Amino acid sequence: MTQSLSVAPTPSESTFKGIKDAGIDFIVSVPCANLKELIPMVDEAHDIIHLPVTREEEGVGVCAGAYMGGKKPAMLMQNSGLGNSINALASLNMLYGIPLLMIMSHRGVEGEPIVAQVPMGELTPKLLETMDIPYFLPEKGVDPADIIVKAWNVASEQKKPVAVLLPIPFWRRQA
Amino acid sequence: MKRIDAINEIAAKAKESGALLIGNIGIPCKEIHHVCDVPTNFYMLGSMGLASSIGLGLALSRPDKKVITIEGDGSILMNMGTLATIASQEPDNYLLVIVDNGAYGSTGNQPTATSKNTDLAAVAKGAGNKNVYVVANPEDLRETLRSTDKGIIVVKAEPGNTEAPVIEMTPEVILKRFMDISSQPSR
Repeated sequence: MTQSLSVAPTPSESTFKGIKDAGIDFIVSVPCANLKELIPMVDEAHDIIHLPVTREEEGVGVCAGAYMGGKKPAMLMQNSGLGNSINALASLNMLYGIPLLMIMSHRGVEGEPIVAQVPMGELTPKLLETMDIPYFLPEKGVDPADIIVKAWNVASEQKKPVAVLLPIPFWRRQA
Repeated sequence: MKRIDAINEIAAKAKESGALLIGNIGIPCKEIHHVCDVPTNFYMLGSMGLASSIGLGLALSRPDKKVITIEGDGSILMNMGTLATIASQEPDNYLLVIVDNGAYGSTGNQPTATSKNTDLAAVAKGAGNKNVYVVANPEDLRETLRSTDKGIIVVKAEPGNTEAPVIEMTPEVILKRFMDISSQPSR
């Protein structure tokens, strides 16, 4: 078995590849420490419109407008932002049938050093289930890029928001 | 002037210039629908505060089209960050019209902060927007609409609603007929 550790993609590179493979061409972002390498990659991609927003709920609105303009939108965010977005996801995306890919850094789980992240971290999967928002997790042995493509396909076919939850151990996975 | 006077002017401008028009939640949408129902109108039925954001996303996605959003003072106060995000992008094809009547008009005209000390034009400027206009009568609004397709117009109005009927279209139909035009490149 050959080892090619030096060329294996980083978590951010895998996520970015998934975004490109899914054909995402419009991204809004609210930062998270786990997204600090990914956001510049998106910003430098000439075929993706990227704008930072002030709050995730605002980003849900901007992405809905982008979809109406023919784009495939995604939001880069921390899971705390789900709490800031619930009404918009329900009374805009779910109401009209507008797809959105939410790529979420999932804080407050295994390895979390900040206690304030824990309550939302634990609530995040439950909130998504309550809202009937499908979510996807990076599975061992599966290319994260493939999960992102799959998630966008579900959003697009079912015309609804979907989430990809990328927890702390995912971001620590080293090449 | 009342909000309906502003809506009359803005709907006429949208029609003339072929702009896509995003309407704010509540009675404003009903009034737009009543004044001039065309497929290039998108009516918001929920998510208060996000009309300005929807318009921004649309304008950035379709630089080949003009986009106008009608917002209220209450909505802008609920999503004030939008003024900073719009300033950071400055799209040439995006005009945000804030009808400021100092009241939450759809819920019983409770006063908003703009009825006291908040100056939305100053907030918009402070957020970094260069093209900010303030008008207080239909003639000045018409003139300003004639002279620009971008920036932010704050229309000072009095509280008061018309008896515009409920929009009977389903959300799916509103979106479908709008997107048949909004998602396609202009010829």
